[in-house]
Amino acid sequence: MKKLSSGNYAVAEAVRQAKVQFIAAYPITPQTSIYEKISEMEAQALLTGSMARVESEHSAITMCVSASMAGIRVFSATSSQGLALMHEMLHFASGNRSPMVMVCVNRAIAAPWSLGTDQTDTLAQRDTGWMQFYCEDNQEVYDTVLQAYKISEKILLPSMVIMDGFFTSHFIEPMDFADDADIDQFLSGSASPDRFDIENPTYISSLVNANDYLAFKKRKFTDMEAAKEVIAEVEEEFKQIFKRSYGMVETVETNDAEIVMVTSGAMTSTGRVAIESLRKKGLRVGLLKIKTFRPFPYEEVEEALRGVRKVVVIDRNVSIGKGGIFCSEVQSAINNSSVNPLVYGYIAGLAGMDVSSGVLEGIVMEVQEKESPDRLPVWVGGN
Amino acid sequence: MNGVNKVESYEGEWMRPGHYACPGCGVAIAMRLALKALGKKTILVIVPSCSAAIAAPFPNTSLGVSGFHTAFETAAPAAAGIAHSLDIRGKKDITVVACAGDGGTFDIGLQSLSGAADRNENLIYLCFDNEAYMNTGIQVSSATPNGAWTVTSPSGSIGRKKRFMDIIVAHRIPYAATASIGFPEDYMEKVKKARTIKGLKFIHIFTPCPTGWRMAENLTGNAAILAVESGIFQLYEVFEGKRYQLSYEPSRLPVSEYLKIQGRYRHLNEDQVLRMQTEVDEEWERLTKRTKGCL
Repeated sequence: MKKLSSGNYAVAEAVRQAKVQFIAAYPITPQTSIYEKISEMEAQALLTGSMARVESEHSAITMCVSASMAGIRVFSATSSQGLALMHEMLHFASGNRSPMVMVCVNRAIAAPWSLGTDQTDTLAQRDTGWMQFYCEDNQEVYDTVLQAYKISEKILLPSMVIMDGFFTSHFIEPMDFADDADIDQFLSGSASPDRFDIENPTYISSLVNANDYLAFKKRKFTDMEAAKEVIAEVEEEFKQIFKRSYGMVETVETNDAEIVMVTSGAMTSTGRVAIESLRKKGLRVGLLKIKTFRPFPYEEVEEALRGVRKVVVIDRNVSIGKGGIFCSEVQSAINNSSVNPLVYGYIAGLAGMDVSSGVLEGIVMEVQEKESPDRLPVWVGGN
Repeated sequence: MNGVNKVESYEGEWMRPGHYACPGCGVAIAMRLALKALGKKTILVIVPSCSAAIAAPFPNTSLGVSGFHTAFETAAPAAAGIAHSLDIRGKKDITVVACAGDGGTFDIGLQSLSGAADRNENLIYLCFDNEAYMNTGIQVSSATPNGAWTVTSPSGSIGRKKRFMDIIVAHRIPYAATASIGFPEDYMEKVKKARTIKGLKFIHIFTPCPTGWRMAENLTGNAAILAVESGIFQLYEVFEGKRYQLSYEPSRLPVSEYLKIQGRYRHLNEDQVLRMQTEVDEEWERLTKRTKGCL
């Protein structure tokens, strides 16, 4: 039976059902209601583990990293400035192979201040060695938190499960929640290894020479690539039990498409409506949703764009001095590959600005008319 | 597994010789004594500081117990995370110890230590105070005494050295104490006592640094003793943020006896020394009132 829930409350329920043993968090809009809901669960004695109401996001992630290294399943959630403050310790999480899971609710980074959704906060953490999953709706966020524990604990790299502020975190949607027993079965056997064995002492994250440093990084890189297989396995297992799956990427009507629109996060839902409408108008248009951003699914992207003449990437984020970040990544993924579409970059929806189906349709029409892409991205909205 | 190297131990000793400390290092002595008092069932959290140089580098370690080298400002929360895990897994007999220098405690780690103290996290926090950023090459910290030379305070520090014990005691943690490597039995007793108390235990340890204080390496012990005997560094305990107890009644030697063996104070004139003596006298009066319950 479907139940109504916001994205944030769905995350809290996933954390409870995953029997997370330690949670550390700090308030920041629009993540806060995850922290509040988990606090309520703790007060009602519904949680397996304990909780720390810390004095900063920096301490939240620090406690999670060290607690997970000491052998327990942990969770935190944050947004924007909080994630930026955590940056230093994100490297410690992946460098020390912590399998922690964190939910990041996208919000624009100051300055200037804004509360609206914008992926630049999480994309700025691209190189920290975390897996990143950009989710489209509440159901996908809930399912991905559960999957992320299994993936992270297998590959020993941390996961960031990402959703759009307000559009996903606060919108209430009908959802399927799993039975506790099914989740116990799905997550059985996963565990975080205890790294502080008294009988077999270890010294963790020591100072190393350049050669050893390279070896550690290379191992992490190789394991991140190997995570693709684990992600696929875990998703298959999840599908067997819960009858839902997403893929690292998803394609809609791309087989005969001349133009493919690339989206991520909540904007994908609007993209689906736009594609349907454009198809009715006779345009051969498809959609490519990129869910897994790290590890980057370059093979899947290449496959999805085979035979496509034009690709238009809509970015709710921007790298100043370059362009949309998904756009750059798509361009680099197909470079030296067997496909060679023209790639058009659009920046749209920063700081939560609404991007309607009409806006997306307009972008596709513009791309259809345009012989070749501009070197710089096209900005939608603003003055 | 990544970042892990097997370590062995000597009987009763949990820190091995051959570490990377400078000759005469006070911090190395403090670490060794603390580990002797703590024993095998200990997990150390170390931050960038002299103790990090002493513990590593890869693939070697001078430690006979497990350790985690975390980021500069995270000694307390990193230790607290491990403590939560031990508590959840029912491992009650293991002590988690955070080791940080004065910079990692008085400066960059102050916020996260305050948070951990407020939550009364179950750990021992050892602050090895050598009164400057010694590991990076003698830069001024907020633990550097007024007038002391460092590379970044070439004409003497203008700071006044934070009264750090006042800050930590204001959190009303169950146990706070000062100690000195010049008084090893007292120090080790305090570490042992801290081990039996639940909650956050803070020990401020005075660890002279021949390299940074510009003195001969055989004077470490003398400097530690003279600091206590002159009243520059007072030895006491504070229980639950209110009951003060003096650990040692010093002979109150003139402060100049302590200053004159250190090159970092060489430039001080008589007035400055006199002012320092006055301040030490006032601080002593303040502590006396507290130990008698009058303040």
